[in-house]
Amino acid sequence: MDKSTTEVVLDANNFEYRELNEKIHTILNEYPNLEKLILKNVLGQRFIGNGIQKEITIEIYGVPGGDLGMFMNGPTIIVHGNADHAPGNTMDSGKIVIHGSGGDATGHSMRGGKLFVRDNVGYRSGIHMKEYKEKFPILVIGGEIKDFLGEYMAGGILIGLNMDNEGNDLGKINSKMLGTGIHGGSIYIRESIDKSQLGVAADIKEFTDEDRAKITPYIEEFCKDFNYSEEIKNKLLNSNYTKIAPISKRPFEKLYTPDLR
Amino acid sequence: MCGIIGFISRDKKLIRGDKIAIALDSLKERGNGQGSGYVGYGIYPKYKDSYAIHVFLDNNPQYMDIKENVKQVLEKYGYVLNDEEIPTKDGIIEKEFIPWRFFYDFDEKYADSEKDLMVDMVMEINDKIDGAFVFSSGKNMGIFKASAWPMEVAEFYKLDEYEGYMWLSHARYPTNTRGWWGGAHPFNLLNWSVVHNGEITSYGTNKRYVESFGYKCRLLTDTEVVAYIFDLLIRKHEIPVEYALSAVAPKFWKEIDTMEDEERELHESIRMTYGGATLNGPFAIIVGTEEGMMFMNGETNDGNSLIGITDRIKLRPLIVGEKDDLLFVSSEEAAIRKICPELDKVWMPDAGEPVLARINK
Repeated sequence: MDKSTTEVVLDANNFEYRELNEKIHTILNEYPNLEKLILKNVLGQRFIGNGIQKEITIEIYGVPGGDLGMFMNGPTIIVHGNADHAPGNTMDSGKIVIHGSGGDATGHSMRGGKLFVRDNVGYRSGIHMKEYKEKFPILVIGGEIKDFLGEYMAGGILIGLNMDNEGNDLGKINSKMLGTGIHGGSIYIRESIDKSQLGVAADIKEFTDEDRAKITPYIEEFCKDFNYSEEIKNKLLNSNYTKIAPISKRPFEKLYTPDLR
Repeated sequence: MCGIIGFISRDKKLIRGDKIAIALDSLKERGNGQGSGYVGYGIYPKYKDSYAIHVFLDNNPQYMDIKENVKQVLEKYGYVLNDEEIPTKDGIIEKEFIPWRFFYDFDEKYADSEKDLMVDMVMEINDKIDGAFVFSSGKNMGIFKASAWPMEVAEFYKLDEYEGYMWLSHARYPTNTRGWWGGAHPFNLLNWSVVHNGEITSYGTNKRYVESFGYKCRLLTDTEVVAYIFDLLIRKHEIPVEYALSAVAPKFWKEIDTMEDEERELHESIRMTYGGATLNGPFAIIVGTEEGMMFMNGETNDGNSLIGITDRIKLRPLIVGEKDDLLFVSSEEAAIRKICPELDKVWMPDAGEPVLARINK
């Protein structure tokens, strides 16, 4: 056990995913004062960061596999590459910063912490995000959003900035079924959205000063993490957003019992 | 689950089969070792104008008799140029079937109808001959599959001894039907090959539909029907590929309602005429295609070779990568980068939107 080591570099080349995750946990046990773990040549290994209960930074070079940071509580994961399906799956706290795109179901069932994606995400991102008391998940997507964004969302904040990685506006969004089944939390999209693009249970609400104040710190943090200029940051902070929120807290309460109150 | 990956060299450069095996092996976690398979296009240059017919024969003492029965069916319309057991390596997997191949030419008098006759023979063998299943029936291409892990199947069939300009592959995780050699992907008819991640919940409807045109679903897996639908729509009915794909993954009525008149009528007709070909349920598929098909503008294009498409609400993943003349389609980006670390471009196609890769002329 080496108490002085604060940084470890691990070459993940040809590690099978179980081996890699076991190795990560071994390193965390061996070096109690570890602050940073750098993983090189990551290629498709799933569940990296799974269940880690510690505030360390994990830097990933390459393309991690699905369910990155699943159930984690504390770590900051920085990915230099694209993530596969469901990064941030059911994460409890901590932060994931992806310098690239996320796959389908990015931020699946997040219950706390932050997930920042510089580029695009796949379908059903933010599905089943939830909040409880001080647990409040934040998902910020820099680029394209896709259909079923925030599906069955039950809490937290989801922000879509709709720009490319140089800060240029992407323009009209064609995605459909946004917020299908949403019954908590709110979605903010930096573009106008037509009601026909919403899924059942979702509604467009007025974007108020209070909403802007709520999302400002996350946009500032996002710009800092990805080194966006003051100019781009100010543009984002002063843009118009469409707010998508639930029609009601229990959109399906009469689904099976339409005759009951 | 299930993992799929395929690639094509649009300049028709030949690539050894061990490459696709390395890529598929990295997706093995998406399967469970009960079915893996590959298809290579351009692998039989010596017999490139002949049909290469791959058949599973029950591994029992009578297998040579079964083989003779297959040969008899084939000899109705043409000549077997050569036939042999497909070379395999011992000691890797239990040989549930003996894979056999025939190189075959039709008699000249059947030149105009040979594809239809080939379909008839495949259906007849699969339906009538006990202990024989045709699992590959195209020209200058061939399927290699079994109930095992990706690397085991590749080593068993000595895939590194074949070179092709296009390869598709599949690691299976059987869900609704059992894992067996014939149920492994790819599924094939003529030069159509299909690998599929997902399930076809409309299988019953689709099966009845294609069986009304003479196809027989005998391989006990939903994906089989997809190969027959492509053959029916694009080869038999000569529907332009984009419209055929719109039949397979149709536009929603809500979307059709908002289209301009001409387009709306077209998509309405597709939905109404080809309702039986609509695939319902989650899917991501890659299709290796027949050459020489008609296109939207009516021009004959004989270099259309690879299609990737997902269901219209995107319940399965599909990612595309490009590097020079190579185009890759896969369930996961990492599998592409396993064999091609530097890519020019990577993207996820939208739900129901096909990716078509065409051979450079």
